[in-house]
Amino acid sequence: MLTYTLKRLLMAVPTLLIVITISFFLMRIAPGGPFDGERQLPPEIEANLKAAYHLDEPLPQQYLRYMGNLLQGDFGPSFKYKDFSVTELIAQGFPVSLEIGGLAILLALLVGLPLGVVAALRRNSGLDYAVMGVALAGIAVPNFVIAPILALVFGVLLAWLPAGGWNGGALPNLILPVIALSIQQIAYIARMMRASMIEVLGSHYIRTARAKGLSERQVIWRHAIRPALLPVTSYLGPAIAGIITGSVVIEQIFGIPGIGRYFVQAALNRDYTLVMGTVVFYGALIVLMNLLVDLFYSALDPQIRYDD
Amino acid sequence: MTTDTLPDNRLSLSEATAGESLGRDAWRRLKQNKAAMVSLVLLVVIAVTCLIGPYLLPWGLAEVDWNAFSVAPGLDSGHFLGTDANGRDLLTRTLYGGRVSLSVALVATLVSLVIGVLYGAISGYVGGRLDNLMMRFVDIMYSLPFMFLVILLMVVFGRNIFLIYAAIGAVEWLDMARIVRGQTLALKQREFIEAAHALGVRDRKIVTRHLIPNAIGPVIVYVTLTVPKVILLESFLSFLGLGVQEPLTSWGVLISEGTDMMQSAPWLLLVPSLFLATTLFCLNFLGDGLRDALDPKTR
Amino acid sequence: MSDTLLEIDNLTVDFQLPTGTVSAVKHVSFSLQPGETLALVGESGSGKSVSSTAAMRLLPELARTSGAIRFKGEDLLRATPRRMRHIRGNAISMIFQEPMTSLNPLHRIGRQVAEVLEKHRGLKGRQARAKVVELLEQVGIPDPARRIDSYPHELSGGQRQRVMIAMALACEPELLIADEPTTALDVTVQAQILALLKDLQARYGMAILFITHDLGIVRHFADRVCVMRRGELIESGPTAEIFDTPRDDYTRMLIDADPRGRKAPVDPSMPVLFEAKNLQVRFTLKKRLFRASEHFEAVRGIDLTIRRGQTVGIVGESGSGKSTLGRALLRLLDSRGEIRFDGQDIAALDTAGMRPLRSRLQVVFQDPFGSLSPRMTVGEVISEGLRVHQPALDRRQREARVIEALEDVALDPAMRNRYPHEFSGGQRQRIAIARALVLKPEFLLLDEPTSALDRSVQVTVIDLLRDLQQKHGLTYLFISHDLSVVRALADTVLVMKAGQIVEQGATEEIFANPREHYTRELMRAAFVDAA
Repeated sequence: MLTYTLKRLLMAVPTLLIVITISFFLMRIAPGGPFDGERQLPPEIEANLKAAYHLDEPLPQQYLRYMGNLLQGDFGPSFKYKDFSVTELIAQGFPVSLEIGGLAILLALLVGLPLGVVAALRRNSGLDYAVMGVALAGIAVPNFVIAPILALVFGVLLAWLPAGGWNGGALPNLILPVIALSIQQIAYIARMMRASMIEVLGSHYIRTARAKGLSERQVIWRHAIRPALLPVTSYLGPAIAGIITGSVVIEQIFGIPGIGRYFVQAALNRDYTLVMGTVVFYGALIVLMNLLVDLFYSALDPQIRYDD
Repeated sequence: MTTDTLPDNRLSLSEATAGESLGRDAWRRLKQNKAAMVSLVLLVVIAVTCLIGPYLLPWGLAEVDWNAFSVAPGLDSGHFLGTDANGRDLLTRTLYGGRVSLSVALVATLVSLVIGVLYGAISGYVGGRLDNLMMRFVDIMYSLPFMFLVILLMVVFGRNIFLIYAAIGAVEWLDMARIVRGQTLALKQREFIEAAHALGVRDRKIVTRHLIPNAIGPVIVYVTLTVPKVILLESFLSFLGLGVQEPLTSWGVLISEGTDMMQSAPWLLLVPSLFLATTLFCLNFLGDGLRDALDPKTR
Repeated sequence: MSDTLLEIDNLTVDFQLPTGTVSAVKHVSFSLQPGETLALVGESGSGKSVSSTAAMRLLPELARTSGAIRFKGEDLLRATPRRMRHIRGNAISMIFQEPMTSLNPLHRIGRQVAEVLEKHRGLKGRQARAKVVELLEQVGIPDPARRIDSYPHELSGGQRQRVMIAMALACEPELLIADEPTTALDVTVQAQILALLKDLQARYGMAILFITHDLGIVRHFADRVCVMRRGELIESGPTAEIFDTPRDDYTRMLIDADPRGRKAPVDPSMPVLFEAKNLQVRFTLKKRLFRASEHFEAVRGIDLTIRRGQTVGIVGESGSGKSTLGRALLRLLDSRGEIRFDGQDIAALDTAGMRPLRSRLQVVFQDPFGSLSPRMTVGEVISEGLRVHQPALDRRQREARVIEALEDVALDPAMRNRYPHEFSGGQRQRIAIARALVLKPEFLLLDEPTSALDRSVQVTVIDLLRDLQQKHGLTYLFISHDLSVVRALADTVLVMKAGQIVEQGATEEIFANPREHYTRELMRAAFVDAA
């Protein structure tokens, strides 16, 4: 297990290298630089500044320096937020995004899994059709449509909850963004759980469990749920990536100060360093999450042995 | 009897009973699936409306009606689905936006289809070291935060519809490659491929006569499920302000504009959302229906 | 009779499918006394499994049952679900055909066996564990104290079936329903499992309802036999009576289903058609970058001579390398060593070099469902080889050859525009034979061509193969795990084990006095009645 973990971490290196390299060179290709202000700087001052930021060095050297800084967690200065480094901005935004994203994943599992199980157990009943119809709607209506509608209905028309803002992470401010962020994943997870549950219920070992005289409840809880969870578990990686992507628009719509919102604003403002920094950070996060999901999967399934 | 009649008592060519191919069999099953058929009809209606609708409407894409700013949907003003704050006809704009969204979906899916099928088929059929290498590459690509790299591209190179085609196509081919490779590997084990080798059939013929026709079912299903993903991706980019640029518009752009005006003119959000959601809904239903119709397990 | 254990009375089972109602079992009645073994015999679709599954009330929901199933006088079809759960695994237990998938892959086997004890005997913890070890020991699992913590995938198929038996016997049931418990296993393992069941029956005194398609294996196993066909019970009686004086034609056919006839040996002066020397095949299991890769030696240095007109049979259990050997001879797999066909060294030929020879060397595979491309019509399947080897033929000439080939295998040529999924297993196998024959080959590799077929269909395919050999002067290499089939078709037999030939010789000689221990074991397992 330990060897496998180390190996996977090792395999993450080329992935991250690619992300960093693409980011770095795109940044160099991009027109403009950090010191293109409104005023034209005198040439000697610009040269001084460039020297201070090592922009006068040959490209390979800059690349190595960038990598070296990254290893120390330094993403460089932000172009727009002049007083902050990218690292500081990410450090500020990440806890907020993590809270929203983590709650959304939790909600997606807590709602999606039982819905899928119930639909599978009542297969082809009215309940099944209702759950699956709603799930399909959840997939078909993008979260950037759901989010403003939620904000309009519950935030403005009914005025039950704040339509936006963070307010230091107060519970009422969390509810709408978390729901908007999780709806699509609830839909996917419910559909997937239903399908895998139906397949498991038709398997030979479920027949064996029934032949033992176990009650239907025991058959489902002891023998069906865990194997049915396996495909859903391997979907967790993409689900987390989806939540992270979704958080970008959700934070924008609800005005939440997470990295997602920084990211969009940075993209629109052409704040290259902040965009790159965020991309590299997200890349590392997704790689790490995928590794955790795989380790979790192997804990669930004894047939998977990572001994090589 | 026709002139085809063979000597002695053998049957004529025309007399042989025709069988039912798997394709026709699947079509028959699909026709029994009401949801899928309704979806198919709706999709055709939406596509045709987007294609010819703008020619039939009196308004242009960017044409301003100085007498009608932010008019609600209705028959009186001549703007059936209302206008935006600039006095532009929403139905016209939605249909033009549909053209862009659907064209992105088609082109990007086609790009992903071509890359994915070729990549997957080669990887699976050749196998061995090459397969290993090619799949390792796909694994690495998979773990890239692609969405963000696409956004990065859009930021650096500016918004450009061809870039969107290419970028989305480049994201979506990975799944297709995996599916086709899996199919190819499974088919390669099947005895009819081995029988074809034993008959001395050339590799090229084995790929075209045996592999591709048998792998086509899952590919079709996957294509129907890729199209909505692509539409969603494009509208996501547009929503962030990174999609197509004025004067072009797309459903994502319209939704984004509608969100800003949500309180004063909710139809600006609802109309394009409805078009987008209906299309995605139908595509998903159709995909599910196709999967059921083509799935050999239910046969 | 008051002490009847199980009485099936006028049982009818219908399946309500979207396409209509299918009757799987029609008005079947039979009964079982305590301690008795009753064999329910029939081919696929006879309703034998459905009847026995109905007794456990484990049929899918779309099944409609009528009649009565009385267990010690109590009608199970009318018992409450709660009552049924008390009976299942306790008074009646069941083992199934699929040992590989019948155990939950995520639970340790010990826990799965203990679950029954906990449910019906209230045993928990150390007590339960001790009992499970004892049970595993009884069913012949080696080192049960350690094996109890294994997961199913760490056990072989035979061992998994033993675990299933341990689970079924845990509560000492009065009735054990065994639904084709040995079908998925190799012959030698099959014999061991049957012996185990017999032994345990003597110890526990339970009755066994034994469901099988193979009438042969019940001869010394069952007290009474019921023969089923298409949902109906057509004959029943004491085993000896059924075997000695079968009343029904179908029963007679099943008893005679062991293919008859023997092939006369070929004159040793006939020219050699195929010859292999020191043939080796190995598969790479794991590629390693810096260490030596892991290999599996599937065929380890085999010498082989096949003369014109001969039928050489290769027998062996799964994993013995017999199929690999066949594929290597035809150059469908890479191998090392010498292969000569009709005097020509073909071991070094590339794909293009082999192509002209392909029309002379043809093959028929085991799986009648996997060996025909589902997207091509039967005519296209059969004519594909003609397009490669006789491109000069026009459409009508090809058509005529297809018709000829279909007539050769006794199929209606009018069927040639149909697709494979519209045919039965036996018909598909005939199509596969037609595909090979249309090229007028000299040599045919037959890789388990009858294994996936019902016994009655098997006989007709074997007759067909024999007729075709005579008619066209064919040479066969016949690969099979089924000794009775090999005995009927081959004039020379090779016995393979672990990639090597352990014994070879004229068929009659080998069958009359096998020299090697392994061969004897195979025979004893295959011809239970001879034991």
